[in-house]
Amino acid sequence: MAYSFPEEVLEHVFSFLSSDRDRNAVSLVCKSWYEIERWCRRRIFIGNCYAVSPDIVIRRFPEVRALEMKGKPHFADFNLVPEGWGGYVHPWIRAMSAAYPLLEEIKLKRMVVTDESLELIARSFKNFKVLVLSSCEGFTTDGLASIAANCRNLRELDLRESEVEDLSGHWLSHFPDNCTSLVSLNMSCLGSEVSFSALERLVARCPNLRTLRLNRAVPLEKLPNLLHRAPQLVELGTGAYSAEIRSDIFSNLTEAFSVCKQLKGLSGFWDAIPAFLPAMYSVCSGITSLNLSYATIQSPDLVKLVSQCRNLQRLWVLDYIEDTGLEALAASCKDLQELRVFPSDPFGAEPNVALTEQGLVSVSEGCPKLQSVLYFCRQMSNAALVTIARNRPEMIRFRLCIIEPQAPDYLTLEPLDTGFGAIVENCKELRRLSMSGLLTDKVFEYIGNHAKKLEMLSIAFAGDSDLGLHHVLSGCESLRKLEIRDCPFGDKALLANAAKLETMRSLWMSSCSVSFGACKLLGQKMPRLNVEVIDERGPPDSRPESCPVEKLYVYRTVAGRRADMPGFVWKMDGDKALSADGSGNKPREVVERLGSSYAINFCTWLSYSLQSVPNTDARIITCMGQRNLFC
Amino acid sequence: MVDTMLNYEEGMCKKLGFEETELRLGLPGAGEKSNANYGKRGFEETVDLKLNLSTKDVGLDQSDLKEKNLNKEKNLLPCPNDSVKPPAKAQVVGWPPVRSFRKNVMAVQKASDSEETDKGAGGGAAAFVKVSMDGAPYLRKVDLKMYKSYQELSDALGKMFSSFTIGKCDSQGMMDFMNESKLMDLLNGSDYVPTYEDKDGDWMLVGDVPWEMFVGSCKRLRIMKGTEAKGLAPRAMEKCKSRS
Repeated sequence: MAYSFPEEVLEHVFSFLSSDRDRNAVSLVCKSWYEIERWCRRRIFIGNCYAVSPDIVIRRFPEVRALEMKGKPHFADFNLVPEGWGGYVHPWIRAMSAAYPLLEEIKLKRMVVTDESLELIARSFKNFKVLVLSSCEGFTTDGLASIAANCRNLRELDLRESEVEDLSGHWLSHFPDNCTSLVSLNMSCLGSEVSFSALERLVARCPNLRTLRLNRAVPLEKLPNLLHRAPQLVELGTGAYSAEIRSDIFSNLTEAFSVCKQLKGLSGFWDAIPAFLPAMYSVCSGITSLNLSYATIQSPDLVKLVSQCRNLQRLWVLDYIEDTGLEALAASCKDLQELRVFPSDPFGAEPNVALTEQGLVSVSEGCPKLQSVLYFCRQMSNAALVTIARNRPEMIRFRLCIIEPQAPDYLTLEPLDTGFGAIVENCKELRRLSMSGLLTDKVFEYIGNHAKKLEMLSIAFAGDSDLGLHHVLSGCESLRKLEIRDCPFGDKALLANAAKLETMRSLWMSSCSVSFGACKLLGQKMPRLNVEVIDERGPPDSRPESCPVEKLYVYRTVAGRRADMPGFVWKMDGDKALSADGSGNKPREVVERLGSSYAINFCTWLSYSLQSVPNTDARIITCMGQRNLFC
Repeated sequence: MVDTMLNYEEGMCKKLGFEETELRLGLPGAGEKSNANYGKRGFEETVDLKLNLSTKDVGLDQSDLKEKNLNKEKNLLPCPNDSVKPPAKAQVVGWPPVRSFRKNVMAVQKASDSEETDKGAGGGAAAFVKVSMDGAPYLRKVDLKMYKSYQELSDALGKMFSSFTIGKCDSQGMMDFMNESKLMDLLNGSDYVPTYEDKDGDWMLVGDVPWEMFVGSCKRLRIMKGTEAKGLAPRAMEKCKSRS
């Protein structure tokens, strides 16, 4: 029998492991390591809230302090997921309120959060510190008031881009006078005006405040009051960036900015007036992150601002910047890593700005560290894409949206297969890709052959046949998330690659050609997948089996069928389409199967060397004896 | 640069035989007249608005994916020959992929720039309103700024729900219900009636006020069963009377 360390020593060693993958690997070594590790895991990430149930998580990891979880599929951002689909956090809060009294952090994305949940959080967790609600919905400012009033040690309250029912700004006044712990406050998504004096006092008494993102209702003339009370700020989101053009307002603002020597990030800038931009010039040289994506200012003023920010690493901006502005950016900002250009008029029939593929080409040429791109434009060419690919082979995220669906190469009128093919061929580290424009099956062949590190792929209005989907599913080894809309992909590729779906977090297909019959078959073949059909036309079995479903969402899970499906969602189970009140399947007790045959002795482990297990999503469950589903 | 793109689009239009394939809104032979009245129906041009869920998706008809020509389905007006800016193309749901959050903010900023709607329409979430229908199991959301008339909104809602009717609109898009018997006919004859909650928290019949005013004051929509909506009529008439 191998000699082994005492538990306390192992636990101490494990405490240095922060990555979920490493912890999962450790837990596979042997039964005792599994036990030790599970008792000391403090942070959990669940990429799909339906991949696992609260009970399973709590049973395995009894001492969790931080939970991060995601709910709805990404396409919910674009209104493709009907309201009421799911993603409710309350069952989790309820379960954790009993099991994790020491919980400190909750970070949620695309989930439905209610005031009830917020109140329960405020009541249940005495040491609660961090609440981040990203693109969430379902709660009101009353819920925020509960959090503010009851969480004595609150450090972070971040509501980024959530949809909050804004009853009043009064919630902010609920922070007690002895609350001095705030480090980060992001209320930028709220509409109502908060009491400015309450805000001022809050800011003044929190010496560790690093991030302050105001909402639009905070007037520009009052911003200096806040800056003077928080000169240590690292990230600032302004309110509306406009005021009466008066020299005293301008000089107060200039002076206030000059006091903030630690500022690295700026955002906000709603209704920005160019006249007030120079007030922030004094901080520009330190700025690494700039979000001007709500600022409707024109190219010349943007250029003046951006060329002062020599250390800029991240820029989010509207297409008012135009090709000329992007050229200037490329010349000034050599540290740029991430660029996002949003459309100012996405639904206009005509282009309203002089922004073309050339802007992106300039940046790819001038910015050697560019690795992350989100770009909306109205024309693209294969030549440009090939140039970009050759310029920046270290690209990690490339998301291109050509506004007109199926727009061809505007120079040659050919599909953009070659261009995107060059991207995946040259950029070997590419992890995320979103495509648009006219694309045939050929581009998918390129992707399947080359995009070996691709984890997330978004496709719209592309491809000719099932072959396209087959290339992707059979070729992309690292694929975790695949989302497809309006493509002629049907049953064959899906069924032929059914096993692949268990290695991924999820697959979304809407307005494609997948038949109801195929969905049932998939559900039958793959019991560890939830195959959910979303169809607002009524029950799928009221139509012929060959009829394509409206939307399909397939995800792996150990929790079985979910109990909260709304009336327009059906789970495929054998030859039945189950609705929410069908017979429930018991959660699969996969995690319980710890065969002793998998005990590896200590010496073997030494030569084993911790290898990260293949890319997965829920990262919490390991299935001893089977291919890791959730590591 | 912009010129090139305009030429490209016109070139594309010609290349695809665009003129032949375009769809027009309005009565056949209406020609220029239908352009001028876009969004505002003449009193005579009543349209049977009993909409069933059509199989045609706004974006893509699933049964002929191979031969789709999106220009055909999307452009409802001919290519402009004059300098008048054409209206936005019919929306494909969720495309381009701009988040509602961003759309709302931009819509509000545009509105305040061009002073089309009153300031009350601003403040974040005003453009997207929830739509519920009695008896339907789920709600939807629509962005009112995407539409230019009650007709367009009715079409969009018709695609989401079935058997929906908005009734007749006169030349200013206002319901002609100062005439009580007409109103009663409407309520009795239709299965569902659209109502909305305005800024004051009152529930009103849709079609009450000019379109722009509606967009600025509507907080949520509810498609009620006609029989339930009867209670609204007297109030609606009161409000209307006090306005005129």
